[in-house]
Amino acid sequence: MATASIELKDISKRFGRILANDKVCLTAYSGEILALLGENGSGKTTLMNMISGIYYPDEGQILINGEEAVIRSPKEAFDYGIGMIHQHFKLVDIFSAAENIVLGLNEHRRYNLKEIKARVSEIIEKYGFELDPSKKIYDMSVSEKQTVEIIKVLYRGADILILDEPTAVLTLQEIQKLFEILRRMRDDGKTIIIITHKLQEVLELSDRVTVLRKGRYIGTVDTASTSESELTEMMVGKKISLNITRTEPNNPTDRLTVSGLECIDRDGRKVIDGVSFTARSGEILGIAGIAGSGQRELLEAIAGLQHIQNGSVVYHDPKTGIDEELRGKSPIQIRELGVRLSFVPEDRLGMGLVGNMDIIDNMMLRSYKRGRSMFVERKGPKDLANTIIEQLEVVTPSAETPVRKLSGGNVQKVLVGREISASPTVLMAAYPVRGLDINSSYAIYNLLNDQKKNGASVIFVGEDLDVLVELCDRIMVIGSGRIMGILDGRTASKNEIGFLMTKSQHGGPAE
Amino acid sequence: MIIKTIFAFINAAIIQGIPLLFGATGEIITEKSGNLNLGIPGIMYVGGISGIIGGYLYEHSGAELNPALCILIPLLSSIAGSVLMALIYSFLTVTLRVNQNVTGLALTTFGVGIGNFFGGSLLSFFGETGSISLMTTGLCFKAKLPLYDYLVSLGEPFATFAETFLSFGFLAYLAVIIAIVASFFLKRTKAGLNLRSIGENPATADAAGISVVKYKYLSTLIGGAIAGLGGLYFVMDYTGGAWTNNGFGDRGWLAIAIVIFAIWRPSMGILSSFLFGGLYILCVYIPGLSSSTKELINMLPYVVTILVLVIVSMRKKKENQPPASLGLPYFREER
Repeated sequence: MATASIELKDISKRFGRILANDKVCLTAYSGEILALLGENGSGKTTLMNMISGIYYPDEGQILINGEEAVIRSPKEAFDYGIGMIHQHFKLVDIFSAAENIVLGLNEHRRYNLKEIKARVSEIIEKYGFELDPSKKIYDMSVSEKQTVEIIKVLYRGADILILDEPTAVLTLQEIQKLFEILRRMRDDGKTIIIITHKLQEVLELSDRVTVLRKGRYIGTVDTASTSESELTEMMVGKKISLNITRTEPNNPTDRLTVSGLECIDRDGRKVIDGVSFTARSGEILGIAGIAGSGQRELLEAIAGLQHIQNGSVVYHDPKTGIDEELRGKSPIQIRELGVRLSFVPEDRLGMGLVGNMDIIDNMMLRSYKRGRSMFVERKGPKDLANTIIEQLEVVTPSAETPVRKLSGGNVQKVLVGREISASPTVLMAAYPVRGLDINSSYAIYNLLNDQKKNGASVIFVGEDLDVLVELCDRIMVIGSGRIMGILDGRTASKNEIGFLMTKSQHGGPAE
Repeated sequence: MIIKTIFAFINAAIIQGIPLLFGATGEIITEKSGNLNLGIPGIMYVGGISGIIGGYLYEHSGAELNPALCILIPLLSSIAGSVLMALIYSFLTVTLRVNQNVTGLALTTFGVGIGNFFGGSLLSFFGETGSISLMTTGLCFKAKLPLYDYLVSLGEPFATFAETFLSFGFLAYLAVIIAIVASFFLKRTKAGLNLRSIGENPATADAAGISVVKYKYLSTLIGGAIAGLGGLYFVMDYTGGAWTNNGFGDRGWLAIAIVIFAIWRPSMGILSSFLFGGLYILCVYIPGLSSSTKELINMLPYVVTILVLVIVSMRKKKENQPPASLGLPYFREER
């Protein structure tokens, strides 16, 4: 083949102690669609951000059309003809499509919206987009906004297009339309790199696939000569033993029955679509899925933080034996009923703790309502804070230190410690080990196991399949707000889970 | 007779509206960059007193007074004073990212203080007594357009027309011209597009390669200079070169209210300013009002502003909302 239009040689990038990319290589030619495949956190986006000038690589070389390139800013990337379409659109809401497309462009002509619209229309016709250049962004659907982003890049004369998870927000029909356009661009001689974790799309669209796993380069294969199972295996890898203890569930009884749960987001999209399952006492129920598949909404719906459109959440109170319907109750009502539901949100400093308050005050957030006098009672929370600092080995100058000054792992320990201290009967934890080092992670696993032993029903949303397979008694896989399957944690393999996670993300036959 | 009063009222409304128009145009340009500059009332005070100081020093320099310099010196010193104030605001809020509300309010208190301090003590620095009165400079600023004399000489109805709409000094016309130019700039130029994008979504502007810091500084400085001219107009044209402490009153706040009333459009600001100017002096033109009724009528501009706020937010038309990132400091995403 001719010279590669873009070639990466041994690219490495480090964020603090985390190695996000470890000597990654990648080659893409003009007139082809290259899929970059990998799980969440495998370093795909980091790698592409280095091509588009958002990050600068620590090591390695980038060659554009055979010549070494130094890309220090998005602007310099544009000069090399590289354009990236991010997952989060960067558009000004009250501007029209055309105004957004020319924003910040240094053309040496007069600013004339009519001419600009004419040139935008040329691009629209050439590749078969559907877009009105005068339409305001706030009137647009997600797919139209994405079209604006793509045209913005083409308008600037990009030859290398990088699309970060372009189908995540689209409907099935919109995806087909996008694919047609991408094929047309390929036939026009553009180089197209598409970041994805959906196997079906890779097989349908791409010419070649490069697979990353945990920041490492695994390999590149021709799409025509590969299979779904080969790609899954490349993506999730062989099983690694972590030696996490898993005890047998102790006399499990039903604790929480969720049936036919449906939730919609602000745009009216179903984020939870008919989810039914039962969580039992004395076991850990793992939830696996691509990020943003509805994990957060599911936990929030159970905790009373998300409006439930349809379905029910029934809590079986172990003390009274009464079944309580949690739907329609506020988080405080849920607790007043004696239903103890502890919740470790994904965004630990956003929803769990107040960064500017110290550890004691953060403890008090959960307990201040218990006080009877008009003054706050600080003794209890102070003792609790000190207990948590001691038992979980939180590294902090004192209990009076603002939480935002602690490192991520220690913040996590404070949050998990507080939630566990309420001795919950249901403990929900979303990504409780995200960003933690090995030792802290094991400390958290042990805490979850302790809760399980105490008879709590633990719901654990995780991202590392190895951990899920070793820690959980049952693993529920969700995709696009639906349950794709519930597996036994003792017999499930990573390939099985990975396959379910990436299967029919957009309805298809399941509809 | 009634008609004469109406024309006199319109004339007075425009006179009252001019300082408001300067202030509102300046604030709109500033707010389009996402900077909510509540220091505008203070900046207008400083714009006024700086012009007074410049004019005073020139009038008392002993030189023979040149009409061009009589205008140029106060004009430039006024701009210097208000730009300096706007620079304090920009440095604090853009570079140091201090809370915009706190900075703006502090700046207003500071500016009013500066105005009153120099207004009260300028004469004593030079061993004089009495109050500041720059008659010559005032007359230069008040000079009417040549067209005015010609129309008056034609007799009615041209004379009334000239008396109502053409009896002002040059700053009044400048206010209208600046507002129209600002409107064109925001709507029809690339720099205007860039500026608006920063007020709406600075992260997007940054990603598109627009210098957020540069635009925020420039728009705040230029906006401050324009607002300061409102203070200059007041002390030179309206009062004819005389300074009274707190004489400018709450006109600065009224200018900020006009920004909302005009839904961030300089062209709308022109008529809004004259309307508010009219409301400001309405009580004088309605005979036989008790003093409490007068106060109620003086409230009208603010009541109208609140009504506009309610209506605009109920209609939910996105173009009519304040710039989306107004009042928020911009941090480039952590990398």
